[in-house]
Amino acid sequence: MANEQSASATAATEVLHVDLRQPGVAAIWAWLWPGAGHIYQGRYAKGILYMVCILGTWFFGLGMGNGHVVYASFDWPDNFRWHYVLQLGVGLPAAPAIVQAVRVNNHREPLLVDFMAPPGPVDPERFDTLARWHGESHMFFELGTLYTVVAGLLNILAIYDAYAGPVIGHPDDDKRPPPDKNKEPAKT
Amino acid sequence: MFPTLLAASIWHNQLWYLLPLVVSISLVYGATRHELMQPILANALHTALWILGFMAIIAAILIGVNWVAS
Repeated sequence: MANEQSASATAATEVLHVDLRQPGVAAIWAWLWPGAGHIYQGRYAKGILYMVCILGTWFFGLGMGNGHVVYASFDWPDNFRWHYVLQLGVGLPAAPAIVQAVRVNNHREPLLVDFMAPPGPVDPERFDTLARWHGESHMFFELGTLYTVVAGLLNILAIYDAYAGPVIGHPDDDKRPPPDKNKEPAKT
Repeated sequence: MFPTLLAASIWHNQLWYLLPLVVSISLVYGATRHELMQPILANALHTALWILGFMAIIAAILIGVNWVAS
């Protein structure tokens, strides 16, 4: 298992020593930018794999929703965007939403038109901004939301991997006999 | 006519959007369990097949329920 500096990884036929460098720092890097924590640790292949998979999922989803599927708005109950908590798992790529939310809450115009900006108050009686976004993107608003949420959740796995090393599953685990329940545990 | 409609329905099926997610989730999950690329890819393939198989079973059950109900 992992300790502060390293983790031992047992593959099918070999024992690997994974240098986790400073796990806490690596975890922060991994959160800020998917894959950056692993690159900091010198685990370049995994860092690039995480970066491509997570950021690919993230930007694909963001593009599907025309940049509107990620926004920070916690106005209960009509415009409570709980998805953003999960999307924030991806780190800096979700940060513009906070900047936009702060600007809008301070009655200033959002930057970059309305990219990642909160849609404003929701009014069920009229065709508000959120309804317009749904109308423009159709099913892709929900799909984009799903993709970006999944990307945020996947990065949490990557952060844990940067902090504690891989959870190695030994291929022979399934072939080992189950523990004998009748056997008394060893006394210490 | 029918093969054309079938091909069109397959091509425009929303389930295609599942594939990038399955690939991404499988690779990331595999990478959290192994350090070397070969076991990562093997684990990812296993996970992807498991996800797709599980979804196929659920789809078969739903189709069966729909067929019985109709």
